[in-house]
Amino acid sequence: MLQNLCQKMFRRSLWVYHANSGGCNGCDIEVLNVLTPYYDVERFGIKLVASPRHADVMLCQGPAMRSTAQALRRAYEAMPSPKLVFAVGSCAGGGGLWYDTYSVLGPVETVIPVHYYIPGCPPRPEAILYGVALALGLVDKQVAATRIGHAAFPVPRYHPEDLRPEGGLAIYQRQEKI
Amino acid sequence: MSWWSKLTEALSGLQAGRVTLDYPARPRPLPKRFRGRPIFKAEQCIGCAGCANNCPAREILVFDVCQEVRILKYLGRRCTYCGRCADLCPEKAITMSQTADLATDRIADIQQHLELFMSTCQRCGRCFTEPSPIEQLKLKGYRFDDLGNERWIYRSQAVLGRNDAVDDIPLELD
Ligand code: SF4
Ligand code: SF4
Ligand code: SF4
Repeated sequence: MLQNLCQKMFRRSLWVYHANSGGCNGCDIEVLNVLTPYYDVERFGIKLVASPRHADVMLCQGPAMRSTAQALRRAYEAMPSPKLVFAVGSCAGGGGLWYDTYSVLGPVETVIPVHYYIPGCPPRPEAILYGVALALGLVDKQVAATRIGHAAFPVPRYHPEDLRPEGGLAIYQRQEKI
Repeated sequence: MSWWSKLTEALSGLQAGRVTLDYPARPRPLPKRFRGRPIFKAEQCIGCAGCANNCPAREILVFDVCQEVRILKYLGRRCTYCGRCADLCPEKAITMSQTADLATDRIADIQQHLELFMSTCQRCGRCFTEPSPIEQLKLKGYRFDDLGNERWIYRSQAVLGRNDAVDDIPLELD
């Protein structure tokens, strides 16, 4: 649904504002890497702009910090609607390694709404390109939450009430209910 | 002569060809040593929680539902792809995948949730004295993390309330 909306709203070029609210600059370098001729995100019409007032998309790097949360919020509010926010890296997506220190509030989604996540620390330029292509509807999502367990519990639980005597032997009958 | 150098430059520019990758349309092989996200194999995991206790991002949560069932939850959201969990896993139940294409619109998509059977001693149990509740608190690996809010349970109360922290540095808004 989000993708359909994106295709409808952002059919022309996306202008990208690149906000670092306290990351280590690893993600910044990778975002700039995506703009080089080698990866060349400009072939999708994406252009880096210097002010959030010109931008359609905000690429967030770094967690929301105590000192930058308000500024990040202001930058988000300054962007004209409709707007998209990408959280690039594990800092923006989840708070990063230092998610529980005094200066870090957490992922950027505690301050502004996030539409797409690009995990990685830093994400490879291919991963960022993939996220952009996902938002433009060019590719499909490859990940899905997994829930796995031991297929059958290998050892039956020992229930003494399931033992029954039979001809001098104690027979154990496996429980159904585990 | 400057026009001549300009001309040769233009000619060499024409000969250079194209370097841009046709990336999302055509897959690009990543270098062999690239570490993607860790993939857990439930059938190999013994639930020792070594990965959870040594993850620098503290993002593998452990919750013991009962004595026999342990939940191991890999959040994925703040993983730094350092590979430490895969290195120290005694059963080699974690492999680092080779893909970088993890972008998603729901962060829960990169979670992995393992339900593990923890075998208990079926006999007298005399070899294993059960730790007392106080000792359990001190034991590493014996954890009751908050799976709903995706965080470790700390025993310290010294945390900042979230809203206090947002508003404590006033900024002038226009
Ligand atoms: S996600 Fe990793 S590389 Fe990016 S800003 Fe955070 S620590 Fe740096
Ligand atoms: S790769 Fe590193 S950060 Fe990610 S789960 Fe393993 S130990 Fe934790
Ligand atoms: S270190 Fe390996 S065996 Fe131990 S809990 Fe983690 S995945 Fe399972």
